[in-house]
Amino acid sequence: MEKVRMEVPDPIVNIIGLSLYYGKTKALKEINLDISKKRITSFIGPSGCGKSTLIRCLNRLNDLIESVTIEGSIQIDGQDIYAPSVDVTELRKRVGMVFQKPNPFPKTIYENVLYGPRVLGINKKSSLDDICENALKRAALWDEVKDRLHMNALDLSGGQQQRMCIARALATEPEILLLDEPCSALDPIATSKIEDMLVELKRDYTVIIVTHNMQQAARISDYTGFFMLGELVEFNITTEIFTNPREKQTEDYITGRFG
Amino acid sequence: MKKLFKTGNPYIWLTAGTLTISLLMICGLIALILINGFGIFWPHKLVRFTLRDGAVVLGEIAKKESIPHKKDAYRTKLKVGNRDVFGMDFRWIDDADIVSHELPHDALAFERREWGNMYGSLKGWKQGDDIKPVSPAEMTAMLKESWGLFKKIRSVEKKEIGNINYRMEKNRLELKRLSTLPPTTGIQKKIATVNARMDVLKKAYREKEDILTGLHQKAREKEVVALLADGSEKTIPVFQIVRLYAPNTMGSFAKIGFYVAKFWEFVSDEPREANTEGGIFPAIFGTVMMVLIMSIAVVPLGVLTAVYLREYASDSSIARLVRISVSNLAGVPSIVFGIFGLGFFIYFLGGGIDKLFFSEALPTPTFGTGGILWASLTLALLTVPVVVVATEEGLSSVPMSIREGAYALGATKFETLWKVVLPQAVPGILTGAILAIARAAGEVAPLMITGVVKLAPSLPLDQHFPFIHLERKFMHLGFHIYDVGFQSPNVEAAIPMVYATTLVLLFTVLVLNLTAIVVRTKLKKWYSTASL
Ligand SMILES: Nc1ncnc2c1ncn2[C@@H]1O[C@H](COP(=O)(O)OP(=O)(O)O)[C@@H](O)[C@H]1O
Ligand SMILES: [Mg+2]
Repeated sequence: MEKVRMEVPDPIVNIIGLSLYYGKTKALKEINLDISKKRITSFIGPSGCGKSTLIRCLNRLNDLIESVTIEGSIQIDGQDIYAPSVDVTELRKRVGMVFQKPNPFPKTIYENVLYGPRVLGINKKSSLDDICENALKRAALWDEVKDRLHMNALDLSGGQQQRMCIARALATEPEILLLDEPCSALDPIATSKIEDMLVELKRDYTVIIVTHNMQQAARISDYTGFFMLGELVEFNITTEIFTNPREKQTEDYITGRFG
Repeated sequence: MKKLFKTGNPYIWLTAGTLTISLLMICGLIALILINGFGIFWPHKLVRFTLRDGAVVLGEIAKKESIPHKKDAYRTKLKVGNRDVFGMDFRWIDDADIVSHELPHDALAFERREWGNMYGSLKGWKQGDDIKPVSPAEMTAMLKESWGLFKKIRSVEKKEIGNINYRMEKNRLELKRLSTLPPTTGIQKKIATVNARMDVLKKAYREKEDILTGLHQKAREKEVVALLADGSEKTIPVFQIVRLYAPNTMGSFAKIGFYVAKFWEFVSDEPREANTEGGIFPAIFGTVMMVLIMSIAVVPLGVLTAVYLREYASDSSIARLVRISVSNLAGVPSIVFGIFGLGFFIYFLGGGIDKLFFSEALPTPTFGTGGILWASLTLALLTVPVVVVATEEGLSSVPMSIREGAYALGATKFETLWKVVLPQAVPGILTGAILAIARAAGEVAPLMITGVVKLAPSLPLDQHFPFIHLERKFMHLGFHIYDVGFQSPNVEAAIPMVYATTLVLLFTVLVLNLTAIVVRTKLKKWYSTASL
């Protein structure tokens, strides 16, 4: 079937004919996709369909896996991020990421949040304090931890740890924030806090979220992509996808007949 | 029968039995060391035997055993002391020969600076040809005085004369160096100033020597007369007596006090009489210092090796070869490391350092001979595999998710490693250090050819600049055990010292390990992932 490239306003990321191989297995198959600036785009699909693989391409975290080879290209602001001249660490500072399982460093909250700025070389105490406060406020965690910034981050609850990881990602002032199933390990209250926060963040950031939870995608995202077996089956405005899916597979998945 | 084996129960019994045997053997060994090691400081009763031939002996009972090939016959090993009079410390007596035995109230044990213990009673204080009776209070006062004198002599010898010697040696080397330079007027002027300094020092030295002679004179002045068991008299300077006690009349508190004082002397004092008496402080100090220097050397070496192997070389065939070689290194006999240390560190490195920096002292070697630094480095080589293996395990236990977290924030590989991965591997690294310490503290063979001595004139740490003297020879508990137990002129009398030293060695290793374990537990708490 013929897939039409969905036009989105003000695209910041262009994924063009992207295929990815783990060794010989093809995990992503010719993905074509544009992502709109300062919007929330969500990726849904059954597990193993390549959602994580795709967003890990956007900050080149897949470079860490030796067997990975890539075809096609990804452009951010019109620049090919896989071009040899690109500094990967610079890219990763522009494209922040939050993982499925909270992964705080075994340090204090303060040191966790400021890890990125310190890598960037910011050392002034007053500006570090400001960055920390701002990031934690944006991640809606400030009120809960402002009196115990110097406690071990591992002693926070799971939901708090995840919001701290979001604050940590925001502290480097990225343009794009990637989230890989950020709520899958959390309870509903923590989940809704993070959802509210993401909607807030949309004002300043481009958010790309992988989720297993279709209600979540429906609630917060502006655009949704549905993946299956490494292929982008359908990509559209979220309300369209959930009320009027074009593809049979999409319909089966969102009505729960599959997946 | 077949059924029984099928249940597997016999195998459980077998394994449990083996475990029990191992545990019993270890517990037995530790109990033996504990009992003998702690027991030696307890004041033993003095027994007087009258023998069938009319002889009278006095001493401590050391051992009782049955006479081989004779029924119901026993003999007693009595520590009669007075080595200078009797020629030996111990005497075997057949129990059949003993007519009577008693615990005389006036029996005293004289612990002396030389010739071991003396047992007898106190007859009096010698004044000219007279012997005046002396009260216990007077005796205590005299002992106190002589103790003060002893401390004074020691301080003059060690500190003051030691200081002068040290400065004279410096000046002597300076002179030697200057004499190799072309004799310009400037140099000659310098030689003159050094010579002048030398003269001042020599004068001071002579003064101190005179003081010392005076002190020694004074030490010989007061003498007491002791009555030995065989009826003979023995005159002995008060200064020779370290401790005088009457074990037969001591109450429990007195005994405990005595015990504590003896124990403290043992761990805090220097050895006397070819290491068979006195304390073992220099050996404890040497052991701890050597282990610390070794740790300082082995931890960075092992950690850096492990980081390269695990994080950078990951799985190439060369890395695998290196890994196997490192593991095999742990199996090389330690004496081989000692010989390597002698050849590489002492002759090659030490000799090189001497030529470059201490040429004025040659042919007397400074670093070109065994010393605490070379011994520590040799042991560091010996223990590096342990640290490498433990660190590698520590590194591989740091989850990928944490590393990805750091990478995703734009950290480079080095930043991730240094700030996130390594801190989390610290418990693993400390485990390696603990194992290395345990291995190194008990190792003796390689030390014997890289710098351990039976009696070191000075500690490797003192008040002279630069305070830590890495080139110095040192004493070590393990070697001390070997020396006292097997190389001393009076092995039998030294056996208790062997037990006590073994006990201290075990305890030192325990303390070193516990310190590392406490640190590790603290860190582990900090790094352990809280449950979600
Ligand atoms: N490191 C890897 N090496 C090899 N195959 C991988 C690796 N990571 C993921 N895969 C495979 O790639 C496919 C897509 O995985 P992933 O992107 O994690 O799916 P999703 O996040 O949608 O559940 C799966 O079939 C998975 O087995
Ligand atoms: Mg996934």
